Amino acid sequence: MAFEGLAERLQDTLTKIRGKGKVSEQDVKDMMREVRLALLEADVNFKVVKQFIASVKEKALGQEVMKSLTPGQMVIKVVNEELTALMGGEQSKIAVANKPPTVVMMVGLQGAGKTTTTAKLANHLRKKQNRTPMLVAADIYRPAAIKQLETLGKQLNMPVFSLGDQVSPVEIAKQAIAKAKEDHHDYVLIDTAGRLHIDEELMGELQEVKEIAKPDEILLVVDAMTGQDAVNVAESFNEQLDVTGVVLTKLDGDTRGGAAISVKAVTNTPIKFAGMGEKIDQLEPFYPDRMASRILGM
Amino acid sequence: YRYRKVDEEFFEELEDILIGADVGVNTVMTLIDDLKDEVRIRNIKDTKDIQPVISEKLAELLQKEEEDAALNIQTDGMTVILVVGVNGVGKTTTIGKLANHLKQDGKSVMLAAGDTFRAGAIEQLEVWGERVGVDVIKQQEGSDPAAVMYDALQAAKSRGVDVLICDTAGRLQNKVNLMNELEKVKRVIEREVPSAPHEVLLVLDATTGQNAMSQAKTFGKSTDVSGIVLTKLDGTAKGGIVLAIRHELDIPVKFVGLGEKVDDLQPFNAEQFVYGLFKDILEEQEKEEIED
Ligand SMILES: Nc1nc2c(ncn2[C@@H]2O[C@H](COP(=O)(O)OP(=O)(O)OP(=O)(O)O)[C@@H](O)[C@H]2O)c(=O)[nH]1
Ligand SMILES: Nc1nc2c(ncn2[C@@H]2O[C@H](COP(=O)(O)OP(=O)(O)OP(=O)(O)O)[C@@H](O)[C@H]2O)c(=O)[nH]1
Ligand SMILES: [K+]
Ligand SMILES: [Mg+2]
Ligand SMILES: [Mg+2]
Repeated sequence: MAFEGLAERLQDTLTKIRGKGKVSEQDVKDMMREVRLALLEADVNFKVVKQFIASVKEKALGQEVMKSLTPGQMVIKVVNEELTALMGGEQSKIAVANKPPTVVMMVGLQGAGKTTTTAKLANHLRKKQNRTPMLVAADIYRPAAIKQLETLGKQLNMPVFSLGDQVSPVEIAKQAIAKAKEDHHDYVLIDTAGRLHIDEELMGELQEVKEIAKPDEILLVVDAMTGQDAVNVAESFNEQLDVTGVVLTKLDGDTRGGAAISVKAVTNTPIKFAGMGEKIDQLEPFYPDRMASRILGM
Repeated sequence: YRYRKVDEEFFEELEDILIGADVGVNTVMTLIDDLKDEVRIRNIKDTKDIQPVISEKLAELLQKEEEDAALNIQTDGMTVILVVGVNGVGKTTTIGKLANHLKQDGKSVMLAAGDTFRAGAIEQLEVWGERVGVDVIKQQEGSDPAAVMYDALQAAKSRGVDVLICDTAGRLQNKVNLMNELEKVKRVIEREVPSAPHEVLLVLDATTGQNAMSQAKTFGKSTDVSGIVLTKLDGTAKGGIVLAIRHELDIPVKFVGLGEKVDDLQPFNAEQFVYGLFKDILEEQEKEEIED
């Protein structure tokens, strides 16, 4: 049972309509059912799907689809446009502080891709914007997390600030920023430990780091394969930290990536980058239109 | 809720719960249809009478026999366990926990650092080795994982350890060259220890949605997966896709991961898992009952 794209999904409904001449309200309803299934199969959260279907259905019933000679294509067009709009028109850039250094904090669940993305972002800032970032190893919990970032720093030939794993992340952040100022780094990228959004103690720790570091950007790193839980995670991180952007990782896989819509819908912050591989140069801007087509399987 | 009738609205709510748990829309539809039949046949009218039927049905699907969750440990000679999966799901951590579990069972355990690719992967496994008190066989970062495996198998044989657990680099199932590399690693194991690997454990992250099915299919095909470890169940994700995987591919879940600490690994218990799927609703119900 491979997942079908929206076009195939609509096939049956369309065959039924053809020859009748006119699209009925029931036909639109049937097509919306297929849209719903396509989105659920792509991992868009079911509550987000409900809202989305309601709004698209209204549009479809409004005019275009009802009058169209190619209702299937019209539905796909409307759905595609609405999804693209939902994920935010333009691709975004990373913040710049008025007074350097710009501080960026990476946060998210365990294994989402924070450490890798920290290195990728540093590489991106240097290559595309001529910046001189410093990386900060503030994950004191995961075995060899510091070593991982240091290895990546070596690959990049960039400094990694660390105080070992016996100093609190708050203190690490504080000293790192002072050091960055001293050494004239224009970006400070803080890698934090993965944590569950329901872990009060560790979420509190992030809030303390935020208070000290006063980040210009808090990026929530989300695995593109995430399922229905994406809304809980994103909502919770956003409530507790006010994230400013999202990075969607592991998009080089074959997941449809419906989490992109869920996360965007609940945080209302832009998806800024897409992780496209394990290597440090595999970070790309996020393109909402491509993502919409991917989610719909076309 | 307690005194609600089993009606269309009830089934819609049930559908939402299961879809929200990542069971997958196709499997959910099949389950709901089955349940509707059951309700008709047994003439069930009240939601409280249908709850045990649902739990029973799901648990049955997940765990056909008691032994489903047991590891295939050799009583005579060495057991080799290969651990595979996509990036960041919890393979290395699970190996640490599993080593501890086996050691507490009185087994001598050795680990093979088969992830020679990811930055810090070898050091991460070494920390776990120290924590648990078991040896780790490794080579340098960047070396051939099949060569590491060969070394580890020789070391394990010559030291006569009971269980060798092999870590591998995370890889997305659509990367053909990386899947080929994994097959090569498995072939080395097969060649060096004729009956091995005795278990190929696919680690799945409970947070993952429908892509887990594709992971199970592809890893299953290339490495003949014998069991699943479902990690990160300590969060709010339910991992319902394992229902669909069991239904379609018949791969049993053997362990669940419930945290980052050494003892946060438990043998899979189908009833507990199913309870987890409906936990939120059940707790809400209880609260209402107390308030009443
Ligand atoms: N294929 C692919 N793999 C990725 C991508 N980003 C990260 N990874 C891999 O995902 C795994 C986890 O990445 P990490 O950067 O360690 O994740 P993390 O969020 O820092 O993990 P914790 O610190 O343990 O919470 C590693 O194997 C990475 O190589 C991506 O865009 N594509
Ligand atoms: N909350 C929670 N975190 C877990 C669990 N299992 C693993 N983790 C965390 O998930 C992250 C990734 O775990 P790893 O063991 O490095 O995953 P991996 O599959 O080996 O990753 P790669 O080798 O990069 O593909 C780490 O931060 C672990 O501490 C679990 O059951 N619950
Ligand atoms: K993950
Ligand atoms: Mg990390
Ligand atoms: Mg690993």
